Amino acid sequence: MLETQETSKIYSDVPFVEGKWCNEINVRDFIQRNYTPYEGDSSFLAAPTDATKKLWNECLNLFEQERANGGVLDMDTQIISTITSHGAGYIDKNLEKIVGLQTDKPLKRSLQPFGGIRMAQTSCKSYGYEVDPEVTEIFTKYRKTHNQGVFDVYTPEMRAARHAGILTGLPDAYGRGRIIGDYRRVALYGIDRLIEDKKEQHASVHGTMTTDKIQLKEELAEQIRALEEMKELGNIYGFDISQPARNAKEAVQWLYFGYLCAVKEQNGAAMSIGRTSTFLDIYIERDLKSGIITESEAQELIDHFIMKLRLVKFARTPEYNSLFSGDPTWVTESIGGMGVDGRTLVTKNSFRYLHTLENLGTAPEPNLTVLWSTRLPDNFKHYAAHISITTSSIQYENDDMMRVTHGDDYAIACCVSSMVVGKEMQFFGARANLAKCLLYAINGGVDEKLKEQVGPKYRPITSEYLDYDEVMEKYESMLDWLSWLYTNTLNVIHYMHDKYCYERAQMALHDRDVKRYFATGIAGLSVVADSLSAIKYAKVKTIRDENGIVVDYEVEGDYPKYGNNDDRVDSIAVDIVHKFMNMIRTHNTYRDSIPTMSILTITSNVVYGKKTGNTPDGRKAGIPLAPGANPMHGRDKNGAVASLASVAKLPFKDAQDGISNTFSIIPNALGKDEVFMGDLSVNFDPGCCSGNSDDFVFISKSKEQ
Amino acid sequence: MEIQGNIHSIETCGTVDGPGIRFVVFLQGCPMRCLYCHNPDTWETGENKKISVDEILKQYDGVKEFAKGGITVTGGEPLMQIDFVTELFKAAKEKNINTALDTSGILFNPKDTTAIDILMNYTDIVLLDIKHIDDEEHKKLTGHSNKNILKFARYLSDKNIPIWLRHVVVPTITYNKEYLIKLGQFMAKLKNIKALDVLSYHNMAIPKYNELGIKYPLENIPPLTKDEALTAREYILQGLNDSLN
Repeated sequence: MLETQETSKIYSDVPFVEGKWCNEINVRDFIQRNYTPYEGDSSFLAAPTDATKKLWNECLNLFEQERANGGVLDMDTQIISTITSHGAGYIDKNLEKIVGLQTDKPLKRSLQPFGGIRMAQTSCKSYGYEVDPEVTEIFTKYRKTHNQGVFDVYTPEMRAARHAGILTGLPDAYGRGRIIGDYRRVALYGIDRLIEDKKEQHASVHGTMTTDKIQLKEELAEQIRALEEMKELGNIYGFDISQPARNAKEAVQWLYFGYLCAVKEQNGAAMSIGRTSTFLDIYIERDLKSGIITESEAQELIDHFIMKLRLVKFARTPEYNSLFSGDPTWVTESIGGMGVDGRTLVTKNSFRYLHTLENLGTAPEPNLTVLWSTRLPDNFKHYAAHISITTSSIQYENDDMMRVTHGDDYAIACCVSSMVVGKEMQFFGARANLAKCLLYAINGGVDEKLKEQVGPKYRPITSEYLDYDEVMEKYESMLDWLSWLYTNTLNVIHYMHDKYCYERAQMALHDRDVKRYFATGIAGLSVVADSLSAIKYAKVKTIRDENGIVVDYEVEGDYPKYGNNDDRVDSIAVDIVHKFMNMIRTHNTYRDSIPTMSILTITSNVVYGKKTGNTPDGRKAGIPLAPGANPMHGRDKNGAVASLASVAKLPFKDAQDGISNTFSIIPNALGKDEVFMGDLSVNFDPGCCSGNSDDFVFISKSKEQ
Repeated sequence: MEIQGNIHSIETCGTVDGPGIRFVVFLQGCPMRCLYCHNPDTWETGENKKISVDEILKQYDGVKEFAKGGITVTGGEPLMQIDFVTELFKAAKEKNINTALDTSGILFNPKDTTAIDILMNYTDIVLLDIKHIDDEEHKKLTGHSNKNILKFARYLSDKNIPIWLRHVVVPTITYNKEYLIKLGQFMAKLKNIKALDVLSYHNMAIPKYNELGIKYPLENIPPLTKDEALTAREYILQGLNDSLN
């Protein structure tokens, strides 16, 4: 609750600049009319307050206890998590400026069985907990789950492809995630206004009731229900969020409540927060100008908000964690970027968000993502680079490229998926393993590890040496089959997710008619490119088992490898991406969603590699595929720029859901540190110089471009 | 026949060998055997990987959008292939690409500068690595005298070719106040120094030595710390300033 101090006021009298946002739900318009671009440096930033330090220490203790306890501190086994399922929970009530937890205690994992009761049970069991038998009964006997729905409809072919791992990581047993509610709307409009708007939308769906309309109208009703509960959640913590936020503290709190509802209801693979820093800066800037808060208090609000995001956790199984090498939540926040009018969207608050990495120390979550443009203010570039060097905790994405497609109010879901906040969403589709598909092409659909017919029984390759044209022809047929099966499998999944595990809270913070992306993905691109290059430019001999199935390959001679800026092989990668995307485009997609593709894995490529046999590039069975669009480890021989140049050739229009390249570099390799003295400005000729050391003007060229 | 370079490798993201992000060509072969050398795999002059000037420029063209700094030739000792380097730099300058030569200067012959005169016409900057300022110590460290190296520095000064002066500071060998001051005093005689690049000795090359089956000569010497590097820099500047005053 708001502390009322004797005489000081807590709300500013300064009105916001009015515009379209007053008459319609339009956060971008509000931002554009009211934000203050910031081109200055980081010197204004404030250190953590005592409350922040104390609170964060308590969090660190909790994390430590969680580790000591085998990875989970506590789990709900009885209360099914909904927006209003729990009473108020605190870390340390007196210190917290921003409040709200997923359950009644920090780090206590909530029970979310709507995606699948088995997943919930396994998660609990693996940490020594047991789901209450009554809950199990309800979700087995009386209430169907997403997972059950999917398996009711899966064909044997879909099950086999899933089992063999040619389709991997499908969201058929867990929340699909990758949907970003426009949580800013809660702060800007208050819940009542949003309900009013949704009621209008609900009324607008009438006439002949087609399946589409029925579905939409039911969903809108669910959204209204979620908004009512959101308001109730505010009440639980002692806030009335029916009305717009009136100051910075309320704005952060309101926005966070919106997000909290999402994570209380959805255990999504990626639960990203959106693009909130510049929006919140408007409130902070107003309060700073009106003398309502100090910089230190502003930073404290952001520190406490980020702390909350760091505490977001889900109950997950060890298999899930091994797929993602940890327990990621992908609370991605997109920072910076440029506006379409040429002004930068960097504000002081963009700095404050990054500064949390200094005030609270480094952390993988929230996934702070800088939308990078060559035109970002220099001071911000320098600060981001500085934070990268000292914390290795910033992700960068190309704003100049994405702004063309999405405008200037998009955000990143998960690691690379771009979507306009509140106007676009995606159906997350995991990945098709293109490396394995190449092996299917060679073996006529027989899985090289299971030795079972998984793909269609096309004619296999029977020659001893692989012929490029023959392999390509068969590969294209197999890719075509895979694109068909993959699309259909995803159609089933998303139909069932909408039906049994609909994201009503997140979708309540979207427009009525959202643009839906059908987000497919591929794994193993560099293995495919190198394999095809080996077949084309070297000689690849097949090695068969007793049944004639190719189980290994011998590469004779050298071949161009992807990652060296060599067009001979890079063009193969480009071609495969383009072809597979076009194949996906030919199929019907659920809710007429727009097909896109990502070339993205950060960690799951390790597991996909385990499921993929020997490949014609010489890679051995079980060796990890390269992450995302990365070249295979150690094959890029000409340094980072050549390696990145290969990746940069991949067409964004065919991989609009994002292309990732995981890149590690030791800070020393980025350039000279301050030992280096460059730009010595004094003429060293002793004949004309009588300088002392003060004359030696130099600058540290720590990161000269 | 078109001249071919014998190279060790190419690094397209060079950030420490000259200004900006640079396209760095490592040439194969070096006459020196510096005890702290971190590229022993570039010593042998035997044929490694042949590449033409055109091929290098083509590769540079593919990454020039990112490696905007220009081309650096290093090694090994690039002047062992001076004709190739000259052709490369000449072609690079025709395309207005910045050229940097990273050399020890060991092959400089003050009596016949014909070839180097031509190369300098196409060289924007020389990264001159003075291994040791004291001739006797230089011999111990590299197996060669530093006389011609220091003459090369003066030659560059006379021709007014910009120099980045580099100096590897090694505990017990060059991390020595007297020698560092002397180096600064020598620097004061040169009128074209644009940067002082104190390089901290490190032992990250040990795995390379093991792989090549060569005994690592400085096994017991610890890497130079950053504070020591700053101190070394101060000594050099002290020598420099004392001479200028």
